[in-house]
Amino acid sequence: MTHALTVDAATMQRRRKFNYAPYLLLGPTVLLLVAFIAYPIATVFYYSLQHYNVTEPWYNGFAGLGNFTQLLFRDSKFWSSLQFTAEWVVGEVSLQLILGLALALVVNETFRGRGLARAIVFAPWAISGVLTTEIWLLIYNPVTGLGKLERLLGLGNGNLAPLATTHGAFLSALVAELWRGIPFFAILLLADLQSVPQELYEAARVDRANVFHRFRYVTLSHLKDAIVLSTLLRAVWEFNNVDLLYTLTGGGPADSTTTLPLYIAQEATISHNFGYGAALTVAAFVILLAFSGLYLRLTRFGQER
Amino acid sequence: MTTIPSGARAEHADPPPSGANRATRSRRGPMTPTRAARAVSLFGPLTLFVVFTLLPLYWMVVYAVTPTNHEGFVPWPLTGSHFSSAWNNLGFAYLFRNSAIVGASTLVVTVILALAAGYALARFEFRGKKLLILALLCTQFVPGVVLLIPLFQIFKRLSLIDNLLSLVISDTVFQIPLAAVLMAGFIRNIPVNLEEAAMVDGCSRFRSFLVIMLPLLRPAIVATGSFAFIGSWNNFLFALMFMNSQHNFTIPVGLANLIGEYNVDYGALAAGGTLAAMPLVIIFAFVQKYLVQGMTAGAVKG
Repeated sequence: MTHALTVDAATMQRRRKFNYAPYLLLGPTVLLLVAFIAYPIATVFYYSLQHYNVTEPWYNGFAGLGNFTQLLFRDSKFWSSLQFTAEWVVGEVSLQLILGLALALVVNETFRGRGLARAIVFAPWAISGVLTTEIWLLIYNPVTGLGKLERLLGLGNGNLAPLATTHGAFLSALVAELWRGIPFFAILLLADLQSVPQELYEAARVDRANVFHRFRYVTLSHLKDAIVLSTLLRAVWEFNNVDLLYTLTGGGPADSTTTLPLYIAQEATISHNFGYGAALTVAAFVILLAFSGLYLRLTRFGQER
Repeated sequence: MTTIPSGARAEHADPPPSGANRATRSRRGPMTPTRAARAVSLFGPLTLFVVFTLLPLYWMVVYAVTPTNHEGFVPWPLTGSHFSSAWNNLGFAYLFRNSAIVGASTLVVTVILALAAGYALARFEFRGKKLLILALLCTQFVPGVVLLIPLFQIFKRLSLIDNLLSLVISDTVFQIPLAAVLMAGFIRNIPVNLEEAAMVDGCSRFRSFLVIMLPLLRPAIVATGSFAFIGSWNNFLFALMFMNSQHNFTIPVGLANLIGEYNVDYGALAAGGTLAAMPLVIIFAFVQKYLVQGMTAGAVKG
């Protein structure tokens, strides 16, 4: 019986008989992924070449590159959404990284009640985008939030409504998303901080490296790969994250907080313009792919410095 | 934003102590200048982070438990009326039921598939294994919004639009890759000899898995199951797109609709939000300790 449990390569080589077990075990998972991820992705490319609008079925049919020429040359919302996407992703990821690293360093220290402190500060990780919107809306809303606070403290007329202005809406969304985004970096970087060999700090101290140098050359260089990978994952994630913006600002005011994926979601759920939405999706794919490749190359991921 | 320099200061004033230092530090002693500096540089930023985390939640709970037109931010006097109005009038009774059905089903299916797939990845060598793991990790880069339109078409053809099953399928599909990779990591950490010993004693491979492995894998099952449940509980876009009738809406869709209304009953909205957050908080308390290792296994290790 034991021969069935093969772990070392030598035994593998000896056994000629084809082993079906792993394929049977993986079958259902692979089938699901092919049917509901791989196949749908392939069909996006097909739909992107079609006029396909549920509300205007009489125009449906092959569009050639029509959707793409419209997107590139006649759709200013596409370009403005791209610009906001860049601002959103860069702003969110860099702030989340800095604050998340700070938080990880703090809760990596030994102190009484550390477990509870970690549980509290990591908790927003589990909160959804929509719920985050609900929570922060009570703060941004003039009736229930900062406006009310302003009125109660006698600081103003209570009309403080951060979501009403372009600048305010961006900042409001930025802060709300930070609230639930910081824990992601803190959790990931904490795991890596715990694996920094203590001897390195000792050695640095013997070499009379000051605290800045210890942080720069021991902590940061040890965290480099984790930081590169987590920022990439997070950038892709924030790029795709539409729940919060969809519900908090709705992309407004005047489309000023519409990211490309939010634009796609609106085309799908509100306009039901599936063909054009698919073309936007292809554009998003190309951008993500190019960004990921470029990012990994520029940061020389996995290479020793 | 003021926490950036102070957070960094925490590190500078007091880099992670060595093992020997750690023991002495935790004991109480006289307040030396270093200790004072440490207290400020550590507990200053920590307090800021804790307040930033808890304040919005506190704000919501205050609205949920105090009567309408209550002034100030002290949670007194208390009322349960917002909860009953959210539950009965705003439809949280069925929102909760639907989310629970979808979440629990996603959890069960994901855990079973992840156990099978994880076992195959951890215990067998086979053709295309590396490629498969790479493919599993690559799915993390596939955004849900990209699949919104094609999945809608597929479910329409399967007549699953406005059927909770479509949500179980799409949620599971998004949870399974990470769950499988995570589970494989957990299984790899259990010595093979344990299984072999049971098989020598006459157990079949499946039986030895049930008897020996499953109990040992309990933390793994709790972790992957919780991740799957949270992911499903929080999923908004798919539910928004695939569900048409009100009685099939899940919590995020219901919340989003309430947020969008012109005349919102803020107390009831806050109560609904508190209800929606409750299962997350409870589950999070359980999985919190697995989070660190779980996310590293999923995100960093290939």
